[in-house]
Amino acid sequence: MSIAQQLGTKHLLGIKDLSAADIQLIFETADSFKEVINRPIKKVPSLRDITIVNLFFEDSTRTRISFELAEKRLSADVLNFSASSSSVKKGETLLDTVNNILAMKVDMVVMRHPAAGAPHFLARHINASIINAGDGTHEHPTQALLDAYSIREKTGDLQGKKVAIFGDILHSRVALSNIFCLKKLGAEVTVCGPPTLIPRHIQELGVQVSYDLRKTLLWCDVANILRIQMERQDIRYFPSLREYALHFGINKTLLDSLDRPIIIMHPGPINRGVEITSDVADSEHSIILQQVENGVAIRMAVLYLLAAQLPQA
Amino acid sequence: MSDERVILTRERFALTMERLCRQLIETYDGFEDTCMIGVQPRGIYLANRIHQRLLQMTGLPQLKYGQLDITFYRDDFRRRDKPLAPSATQMDFIVEDKNVVLIDDVLYTGRTIQAALTALNHYGRPRSVELLVLVDRRFNRHLPVQADFVGITIDALDEAYVRVEWQETHGEDCILLFADKPAAG
Repeated sequence: MSIAQQLGTKHLLGIKDLSAADIQLIFETADSFKEVINRPIKKVPSLRDITIVNLFFEDSTRTRISFELAEKRLSADVLNFSASSSSVKKGETLLDTVNNILAMKVDMVVMRHPAAGAPHFLARHINASIINAGDGTHEHPTQALLDAYSIREKTGDLQGKKVAIFGDILHSRVALSNIFCLKKLGAEVTVCGPPTLIPRHIQELGVQVSYDLRKTLLWCDVANILRIQMERQDIRYFPSLREYALHFGINKTLLDSLDRPIIIMHPGPINRGVEITSDVADSEHSIILQQVENGVAIRMAVLYLLAAQLPQA
Repeated sequence: MSDERVILTRERFALTMERLCRQLIETYDGFEDTCMIGVQPRGIYLANRIHQRLLQMTGLPQLKYGQLDITFYRDDFRRRDKPLAPSATQMDFIVEDKNVVLIDDVLYTGRTIQAALTALNHYGRPRSVELLVLVDRRFNRHLPVQADFVGITIDALDEAYVRVEWQETHGEDCILLFADKPAAG
């Protein structure tokens, strides 16, 4: 597979807009940044003349810290914004908020928003480079990139690898971005969960659907386990968390009964004892903390490659 | 690309390499507290050769040798058409209180060396840094950078382009001078 010299897009709105060559370029660049963040001094001056605002209209721990760290490791100036302590509460529109921030000469915007398409809307109306850090139940591109990168690191090329995504597929932006990313890299994907939490027509994306946890675990090389997103569930999709854990929770006994070990992933936050038990999350086959480390390298790569596309200084 | 002119043939090339190694031995004697660092991407061919030859000549069991990528330290980020692809950094030691010999193939504007010095700072505070280059284009400097060990000095116009070819990559060691720079890539 050929590697691009520069990204084909000015923004990172979703994996859908990236080519396989773009993704490979991000991975190759992340390899270099991973070496940087393991040095005694983990910082390079590349983005020293760039200002980045992190606009978080929705709560986040991992993603916000990971982006902030990536920005700081690249020597960018960083502004943090969270909706709960801002004029959004006073009724300001998204476009006004962002335009006011950009008037202060900000070059890049990292945004998380509860509405799907919010970063796409911004991209149409402003000049700064936009990185989607999660928009509603739509996409979470950097999570998918770091997931695929973590699999690549563990198993090599993704071509032909069997990846299963378990849990709340319906409300998950991680699932959708992962599906786009894995398919573009040539992996086979199965989604598995209760029928009520699997979107209709998801097969159109080229994935298989399964409602049988054990069968899917036997099939896959990698299990990416998602959280039940209670905050997005307006109706009851299953009788109780206890019943969910009983039918779709992944535990050690179940994994021990398989014919070979599989790689365990989780984008966090983990609900221990619901979708995954502690002994699985902390087991030797779990790469959950590597995912977090790789997140910083991937975000550095994305910021670096997008900053290269900004108008010349 | 325009006509090329060979300015250092294979035989002369070998002599020059030999002289550079002997100069290093003369200066650094037992190479205690001394390390060689090749600048990625093109400086490492020269650095590899010098490292190997020095091991042969001195009979030392090892010499500290690293490869430093300076892509993220360059001052022309966003001033080029395309971002530069980074190469691998391989530094399994820190340079704190060491004598560093920085090795690159061509010294031209001096900006690469400036970036290399910045990058080097991230591996500690060296006692001294000296610069070894195969080619010094002495009339094209943008910054006050001078080499301490020079293979050959070339007076060329700014439009000209100097390329060092290696047996490993091109089949023969030689240095070529072109009247024009290659198209930006």
